[in-house]
Amino acid sequence: MALNGDWARAWMTGAHESMTAHRSQLISLDRDIGDGDHGENMSRGFDAVAAKLGDLPADANPADVLKLVATTLISTVGGAAGPLYGTAFLKASGAVAGQDELDGGAVVALLTAARDGIVLRGKAEPGDKTMIDAWTPAVDAADAAVSEGADPSAVLEAAASAAEAGAESTEPLVAHKGRASYLGDRAIGHRDPGAQSTAYLLRAAAEAAA
Amino acid sequence: MKKLINDPKDVVPESVTGFVAAHGDLVRAEFDPIFIVRADAPVAGKVAIVSGGGSGHEPLHAGFVGYGMLDGAVPGPVFTSPTPDPILAATKAVDGGAGVLHIVKNYTGDVLNFETAADLAAAEGIEVRSVITDDDVAVKDSLYTAGRRGVAGTVLVEKIAGAAAQRGDDLDAVTAVATKVNAQVRTMGVALTACTVPHAGEPSFDIADDEIEIGIGIHGEPGRERIKLEPADSIVDRIIEPILDDLPFKSGDDVLLLINGMGGTPLIELYIAYKHAAEVIEERGMHITRSLVGNFTTSLEMQGFSLSVLKLDDELTELWDAPVQTAALRWGR
Repeated sequence: MALNGDWARAWMTGAHESMTAHRSQLISLDRDIGDGDHGENMSRGFDAVAAKLGDLPADANPADVLKLVATTLISTVGGAAGPLYGTAFLKASGAVAGQDELDGGAVVALLTAARDGIVLRGKAEPGDKTMIDAWTPAVDAADAAVSEGADPSAVLEAAASAAEAGAESTEPLVAHKGRASYLGDRAIGHRDPGAQSTAYLLRAAAEAAA
Repeated sequence: MKKLINDPKDVVPESVTGFVAAHGDLVRAEFDPIFIVRADAPVAGKVAIVSGGGSGHEPLHAGFVGYGMLDGAVPGPVFTSPTPDPILAATKAVDGGAGVLHIVKNYTGDVLNFETAADLAAAEGIEVRSVITDDDVAVKDSLYTAGRRGVAGTVLVEKIAGAAAQRGDDLDAVTAVATKVNAQVRTMGVALTACTVPHAGEPSFDIADDEIEIGIGIHGEPGRERIKLEPADSIVDRIIEPILDDLPFKSGDDVLLLINGMGGTPLIELYIAYKHAAEVIEERGMHITRSLVGNFTTSLEMQGFSLSVLKLDDELTELWDAPVQTAALRWGR
């Protein structure tokens, strides 16, 4: 599928299905090293996103969809994830403003802006055991895919796979940000729930483009 | 799990409905989005103070809304920060033209959502300052964590800053006194049991019958170590020493001692903790000139307690003694 407004809607519909399906798993991951609310919060946020997609005009472009997602997540998710994902989608929307169809370079710009927005709000660095550990490999993989001449859907596929590997890579880490940081060595062996929800989000983006 | 609830989804709005029905002389609430304000808000010309955070810590924060303390409280879902919308709405509802102070516990979600709300309020022309409370000494290394957490000492910040605002201090002065209280209070807590978030339906963490967690935050999340259960005096020793060893306490100081219950520990046990904590403090040559014992910053039905010591001076003592009329703290009026 071309990465147009319909793709952005399909991405969000897929993300809603994924957050609903993985609600319990994200709660369980968060219960291990956080406070157990991540699955509930993400599921609530994407319920609201799904409900609002229908309000968009038929000719909404990807930036319009991403902006609606941003404001909806900020006002419904709560916790740390709400402002972090909200800022990510707001910056992502800005990065592709006015474009009716995204090419590979635009996908990289979208992902980079999202990642940078999260860093701006949360001030996390790679290796801190946060969602950045999924976003940064995704950005790098997308960039590499574009250099190799991949088409936009292959760029998203590369990003999704890298985010999944990135989420897994948080397991041996000690957390330096968020509530898991208080666990010290006891966080080792557990996957960061925010990195995992990032992987689900980017997988939904790739599936919508396939 | 047994809980006195209806649908888990309705816990917060139903509880807030009951709260304002019970205390209509002090507070009123809005429900879309949800927040609680003083019955007479906004108070013209007075600096307003708003606090908030996840629910489940009652009476924090709504129980401290009223004369001489908070102007507004924003309850999020249980153990989850509220979003910026209700924080912004509460900020606008209490603004009496003299600016608004946000008192925010240092938890990542609370800080990020209040920060976003403060940006939005500023864009609407309301002057907002923020004081982040971080009184928890259990977190040793602030460099590699999200920093010390804001816990029960927050109640003391809210009371004293609230008194300063009530007597007519301007926004700079109220912010300064809140900052000062936060700088002079230290807290550490202990969990004997876990607690269960209503919509989660199972305990937030696993802890054996003969274990306790030393250095918890207000959700039972760990800080220092897990040990076998000990007599009350030994447990108090484990948490009072790090508090007193941390700045800024010294012999001859006047202090306020707060023994805060986490929700499931009865007063008879909290006073046992008070007894030994007071002995240790007096042995160190300090004088307990003010005290507070009870459930003020709770963690649902968790058994456990926290101990807070605030270094007092004449100004802070006067503001502590000033009249307050809220659901959970009331004196002098």
